[in-house]
Amino acid sequence: MNPAVHAARLGLSRGWIEFRHALANPQEIGFTLVTTFAFIAVIYFQRDARIPGTDLSLAAATMPGILGLGVAFNSLMGVVGSLAVEREDGTLLRAKALPHGMLGYLVGRVTSVSLGALGSLVVVVAAGLILVPELRAAGAGGWLTVFWVALLGLAATLPWGAVIGSLATNPQTAAGLSMLVFGGLTSISGIFYPITALAGWLQGVAQAFPIYWLGLGMRSALLPDAAVAAELGGSWRPLPTFGVLLAWTVAGLVLAPPILRRMARRESGSLMQARRDRALQRIG
Amino acid sequence: MGTATTLDGDITVMNAASVIEARGLCMSYGPQEVLRGVDFTVAPGEVIALLGPNGAGKTTTVEILEGFRAPSAGHVRVLGAEPVKGDERWRARLGVVLQSWRDHGRWTVHDLLDHLGRYYAPYSTPDRRRPTSTGELIEAVGLTEHAGRRVNRLSGGQRRRLDVAIGIVGRPEVLFLDEPTAGFDPQARRDFHDLVHRLSDLDDTTILLTTHDLDEAEKLADRILILAGGRIVADGSADKLSREVSRDAQVRWSRAGEHFVHATDDATAFVRGLFQQHGDQIGDLEVRRATLEDTYMAIVRKEEG
Repeated sequence: MNPAVHAARLGLSRGWIEFRHALANPQEIGFTLVTTFAFIAVIYFQRDARIPGTDLSLAAATMPGILGLGVAFNSLMGVVGSLAVEREDGTLLRAKALPHGMLGYLVGRVTSVSLGALGSLVVVVAAGLILVPELRAAGAGGWLTVFWVALLGLAATLPWGAVIGSLATNPQTAAGLSMLVFGGLTSISGIFYPITALAGWLQGVAQAFPIYWLGLGMRSALLPDAAVAAELGGSWRPLPTFGVLLAWTVAGLVLAPPILRRMARRESGSLMQARRDRALQRIG
Repeated sequence: MGTATTLDGDITVMNAASVIEARGLCMSYGPQEVLRGVDFTVAPGEVIALLGPNGAGKTTTVEILEGFRAPSAGHVRVLGAEPVKGDERWRARLGVVLQSWRDHGRWTVHDLLDHLGRYYAPYSTPDRRRPTSTGELIEAVGLTEHAGRRVNRLSGGQRRRLDVAIGIVGRPEVLFLDEPTAGFDPQARRDFHDLVHRLSDLDDTTILLTTHDLDEAEKLADRILILAGGRIVADGSADKLSREVSRDAQVRWSRAGEHFVHATDDATAFVRGLFQQHGDQIGDLEVRRATLEDTYMAIVRKEEG
């Protein structure tokens, strides 16, 4: 039994257990729930509006982008948020005290956050199938594309959540700040309205980040072929989509481990500080 | 002659390698020096209590030994390895109970202990089966009734007992306990003491614990280390420490309805004289050496000037 493989397997079971805990305690995944229902609400209110000059409903045009956005959002914020909590409550130190414990912890976290993000995706897709008749036209090939874009989207964002969550000296601030950046990027990434309506340099900025490509990939999967006319260059650009998401994945996987290690190594310092503060409170 | 040589070889007492070695251990946080040259060794199977005032660096010392923090200077070895460079195999031989955990609140006691224990399975050996059976361990720390309870529903003392259970689930060869009995009621404290004795006797576990409870240190530890002013200022059994600080004992007795007290550095001779002089008239005899608390206070006061 290779101890590292063994620990990775324990991580999988850990992720599954924590995902089940989350399902049993909806208040603790409130974030994912709120965004999931917010997305569904957007689709609901857009279902009767038509895009001028086409017979495509606004909901059908927005829905794929929302799926892509949801994947990036739930995975990134899921990791940032849990690291914020677990750096402070001792979970990470507990993992450090076990042989290959950090590996098990990370696999577990990736598993539970991925399950949460994919679960949210499934719920939004289910709502979409009911509310947006056009979606039912997508064939097996389309859903396969949804699947790989979602998986690659997870891979491209999860490590970055770990990087942000590790670098932050104050994890709560990190969560707030990444929300802000995320919101800003979303507004220029052509999720809720076409990117072609934006200034050229904003289009350039948006195309450097995964959110735009996740939206594009999902649209290519679920929209009728004619809708490609509204995209940059009049193309779904599957290869660049794959390439950009892969580049973010690789960069994240290269950067995250040393940054995580550094953070984990330092962890006992802050814990000790907190302890000392509590000790002083007890005395005073 | 050949036989003699062999005999010589046989009698040569090999000094058992120490399990913990610290020499000239220093630690500073910025300008603040917490440890300024800590020296001590711990032999296999020893139970050591590390005492010292708040902020003396007990936790820092333990964290350095656990490999959670690199010392600023000095030599440190635990089970033959430098802790910050210890690999996973080394890590598997250690048990760690830190202060104040609040993690894994949604897990049940049984699930958590079972899950964490499984990390040790690849390191099981014929003479040291890892991990300990979850059920037995839960019973050993007295949490059987609460096995199905969520961790965040446990009381402080129960939570601490779970921490101890997690620390020993991998059947460690060396166990570090940072204030293990904080928040224990007297019964839990006694159970914990029994558990420590069992670990030390049956499993030959080398144990280093920090505590503020001098009575506990005296009951559990083979040897007591006092950390003050960033150094180990006392190292020895409770008895030896008391003798070092003060050889004086207080002798109390009564004679003809009157009570007497006398301080002497040779209680035995004094009492012998007392009986020679007064014989049967002596009653209520009591000879009291300095307690560990007296000793501790004297040592710390001297160190802190």
